[in-house]
Amino acid sequence: MRYFRQVWTIAAKDLRSELRTKEALNASLSFALVILLLFSFAFDPTAELTREISGGLLWLVFAFAGALLLNRSFARELENDCLDVLVTSPVPASALFLGKALANWLLLLGIEIVCLPVFGVFYNVDWARQPAWLALVLLLATWGLTVIGTMFSALTVNLRLRELMLPMLVYPMLIPCLMAAMQLTTALVAGQAPAGDQVAWLRMLVGFDIIFTALSVALVETVLIG
Amino acid sequence: MREKILYALGVAAALLLARNLYVMLVHLPDEAFQGAIFRIIFFHVPAAFTCFLAFFVALVASISYLKTGRMQWDSLAVSTTEVGLAFGAANLISGMIWARIIWGIWWTWDWRLTSMLVCWLLYAGYLVLRRAIEEPAQRARLSAVLSILSFTVVPFVFFSIKWFRTQHPQPVLYGEGKMDAAYRAMLYGNWVPLILLAILLVAVRMKQETRRLELDALRREAHTI
Amino acid sequence: MTALAVDNVWKYYGDYPALRGISFEVPRGACVALLGRNGAGKTTLLRILAGLSRPTRGSVRVLGMDCLSAGVRRATGVLGHGIGIYDELSAYENLRLFAALYGLERPHQAALEWLERTGLERVKDGLVREFSRGMRQRLAVARAFLHRPSLLLLDEPFTALDDRAIALLQGLLRESLASGATILMSTHQLREALELASHVALIVRGKLAHAGERTPEMLEDPGYLYRTYGES
Repeated sequence: MRYFRQVWTIAAKDLRSELRTKEALNASLSFALVILLLFSFAFDPTAELTREISGGLLWLVFAFAGALLLNRSFARELENDCLDVLVTSPVPASALFLGKALANWLLLLGIEIVCLPVFGVFYNVDWARQPAWLALVLLLATWGLTVIGTMFSALTVNLRLRELMLPMLVYPMLIPCLMAAMQLTTALVAGQAPAGDQVAWLRMLVGFDIIFTALSVALVETVLIG
Repeated sequence: MREKILYALGVAAALLLARNLYVMLVHLPDEAFQGAIFRIIFFHVPAAFTCFLAFFVALVASISYLKTGRMQWDSLAVSTTEVGLAFGAANLISGMIWARIIWGIWWTWDWRLTSMLVCWLLYAGYLVLRRAIEEPAQRARLSAVLSILSFTVVPFVFFSIKWFRTQHPQPVLYGEGKMDAAYRAMLYGNWVPLILLAILLVAVRMKQETRRLELDALRREAHTI
Repeated sequence: MTALAVDNVWKYYGDYPALRGISFEVPRGACVALLGRNGAGKTTLLRILAGLSRPTRGSVRVLGMDCLSAGVRRATGVLGHGIGIYDELSAYENLRLFAALYGLERPHQAALEWLERTGLERVKDGLVREFSRGMRQRLAVARAFLHRPSLLLLDEPFTALDDRAIALLQGLLRESLASGATILMSTHQLREALELASHVALIVRGKLAHAGERTPEMLEDPGYLYRTYGES
């Protein structure tokens, strides 16, 4: 119980300071919108074609926007040596990690919720035909993205070239998660409820989330305490 | 003593390789459909085996480093990862040559090619991370964590890409079950010299790494007041 | 009664030993000045004691517990080079946050009490970003003392402080000592630190060159310790 309170205290702290400054949030959101715009030049944006590649398009946008957000996650603790103070506090490293991941997850979901209608309007796609399933996929895949991203944010926090390092390490790791999300989202935007292959993709997504959450929780103390 | 073992390893690898090449080129007949180029399989496939064996050893070494804190494990991890990457590159390049001749294209987004490329990039990231960290113990610790994460994601990568790509028709590489016994024997037989070569390279790299640590320590010693 | 037991601690950076077999014990209620030149290993040792880093060999026990345990962390107060407070939160939010992280019973009251003690209650809702240097330092001191730690680890605490923050810190340190807390601070032989110290420990090139009670000579002549024990 105390553990979850600590997780929430950390998450609330991150959310409060991010919502107050909106530094990462603004950058990430406008970046997402810019990429959404750029995609219209990459192909002929007719409704049918867009629907066919909607999953890939949306998740590339989310993954790029996410990297900006996640870069700041541990880096924001470097100012004034706050990370040291947090690590010396009685909060376990795993609670610190989960709190930060939770905050990032909520922020990224917020960005996604803004991007989806924009995508729908600009590309003339009715994306909300399977709202419940789509919400589930968004929740699961965004968690996978955040858990890996937050872990690498911790891993690279003290490095030179942090901003360059994170995307280079994170994207290859995220391929299975993104691929599942793309497959599922494309089908859902086309209005098909998950069946057959899609269920298997969903299962893989859940497996990915569980395994990497467990691994990160187990390893984060090693990363933070030298 | 250790030097001599290394020389012996090198000589054994060279002799075995020469013998295998002789058998391959002189005794084994051309494959019925693909002709002479099929022989590239004797390097292509064992290189992939060696690559993944090296990554596995890197995983074990990384876990051992985190458990014991001994720098030798870190040296082993980085050496095996580098050698694994070299064999991975050999696998990719030999595959591309083969593809150019049989399929007429250098690259296709077949699941095997794509997965191998992703793995190669994952482990290349390991080396890039190492370059960005100055202090040896911190470098060892963080890269060990990365090695564990990377190894865990490899099965996911293979699984998901295979699934994704097999929805399209793909060229048939080779039927493992239909392979002739003599071919199969050579496939595994040629793995032996490649493994010996890998061990030799790892041993040399480890020695370099140990020297580098000693140098780093001396430099730090010289800089303290 | 031993507050802090450091037993044969080694810390390696690769092959280079930054700390070489450090052993000492600090009795409860003592105030130790940890002396040594830059790069001698003071900060490395303090980081190990604070649980920010693990020794390669050897052990550190605080109040009889492992120094990475939550119990020790709750009982330890840390003040390092950085102030360790958040610029984009208000003074009250900062203290309230750390009160919650340290599991205080009534975080709200604790935060208000410390804002009053540090003379910041008037600006409690102001963002730390807008504070002057001195105000930030006082807030950092409040953050370190908020949970009434029984072991205080301070890394060069007086170096960057203004006079008001120094007075505040000295007052709090005296008060903590009076209530039985143990203090360990690294310092460059500043008078402020040595006056408080009951013991000194000198680190030279990662080794403990001297550990013992502070003598009057040390206070009068800053070079005394280094000359006597330093160049062995």
